[in-house]
Amino acid sequence: MANPLRQLEQLANPARFMSWSRPLMIAIAVLAAGLLSVGLYQAFFVAPEDYQQGQTVRIMFVHVPSAWLAMMGYGLVALSSFGLLVFRHPLADVSAKAAVPIGLAFTFLALVTGSLWGKPMWGTYWVWDARLTSVLVLFFMYLGLMALRSSMDDELLASKLTAVLAIVGVVILPFIKISVEGLSIPWLGIELPSWNTLHQPSSVMRSDGPKIHPSILWPLLICALGFTLMFFAMHLKAMRNEILRRRLNAMMQVQVQRARREDATNEAQA
Amino acid sequence: MELLRRELAAAVRDGGSVGTVLGFYAIAVAMMPIAIGPDLKLLGRIAPGVLWISMLLAALLSLGRLFERDVEDGTLDLFAMSAVPLEVITVVKSLAHWLTTCLPLVLLTPVLGLFLNVDFAAVPMIIVTMLVGTVAVSFLGAIAAALTLRSKRGGVLVALLVLPMYVPTLIYGISTVSLLMLTPGSFVSPLLLLSAISLVSLVIGPIASAAVLRFQMQ
Repeated sequence: MANPLRQLEQLANPARFMSWSRPLMIAIAVLAAGLLSVGLYQAFFVAPEDYQQGQTVRIMFVHVPSAWLAMMGYGLVALSSFGLLVFRHPLADVSAKAAVPIGLAFTFLALVTGSLWGKPMWGTYWVWDARLTSVLVLFFMYLGLMALRSSMDDELLASKLTAVLAIVGVVILPFIKISVEGLSIPWLGIELPSWNTLHQPSSVMRSDGPKIHPSILWPLLICALGFTLMFFAMHLKAMRNEILRRRLNAMMQVQVQRARREDATNEAQA
Repeated sequence: MELLRRELAAAVRDGGSVGTVLGFYAIAVAMMPIAIGPDLKLLGRIAPGVLWISMLLAALLSLGRLFERDVEDGTLDLFAMSAVPLEVITVVKSLAHWLTTCLPLVLLTPVLGLFLNVDFAAVPMIIVTMLVGTVAVSFLGAIAAALTLRSKRGGVLVALLVLPMYVPTLIYGISTVSLLMLTPGSFVSPLLLLSAISLVSLVIGPIASAAVLRFQMQ
């Protein structure tokens, strides 16, 4: 009877990871492509126009999943960083490093689609609305992670330091979010005003049930799931690339050492 | 305590560095009317924000040097081997940064406020919020200073890493001042939040920067 925890550890071995991640990645990618083609078709051709927002409501089908993945991406980076610092697992670092650019891309996408939506709605591409601002801060925090990692030659040190930064970031992020967006918990009597708000409050996740009409909600959920799967497919691909790159580096170093040793013996013989 | 005395003495004998930071603060504030125009009414309205931002940038400039000297001359290795935990060392170093950099900056603020036609009624509150808020500046800043010790582009990177973390401090600092101006008496809750953030950074800062320093010395 194999210990399930032991089996999980086996899966996380980099060599085994390379063998099982490929089929999984392809499966997820295919599923994502299927869901996205259904979801986006529904979003652009089937879902009705909004009676106030008109056609621009369709931007939401890309915007909302991007904003959600921007946050999830940072969570994944922090979780992987935790795995690196606490369990010292090499795969955790690969995961953290691979997730940052993807998260950054979705954060960027959320900002761009948000501002495209803002042009017809608010009459300008950028307003200093609370949620836009907090996503912008998130964008800068992703940039900081990438800049810190690329600023050091020592890869091992760079991954540890970036992991600390990611964890500090995830501790500070709630404070940033609350200070910018405000907070309201009626049953605790907590009511903090937002820094400045024009944005619609999040209306998909509500404890009293979603407030969106089903004709729009379904395509939105399908798109969100599709984009999430796409995120993970890209993440797996990026992890595989990173592992291959590290192997290549190691192989090159071995080659160099061997060449040096041969040189040394040749010289000794001469 | 001994260490704190040493840090303060080093800062005083180093002389120039505090002066340079104060000079940067003054010129950053002075550039603002030059860029925006000498409209005293407008300047008076944006004065608290301009003072806060310039103060943050000036404090950032000095952060890069926080651990640099100790790494160069090997003092940090001695600290790491001593019986005192590295966390305590980072607390003392951050405190010394606050005393030698943030405190002079805050004290200079009323004078620079004159340049910006700041409302005199707001000046005490600006000073109080800065005194409370800069604790977060020093203690969170220490993390970034430790992180960038071996980086090729230290100074600019410190700013990119740490400025997003200063957002809550900046927001509550400014909103305390502006609430005081709008409706006297209602400024208590942002001031408490500002203090809460400083207290949190008092905990996170030393732990994280000590962890970073340990990695840096391996």
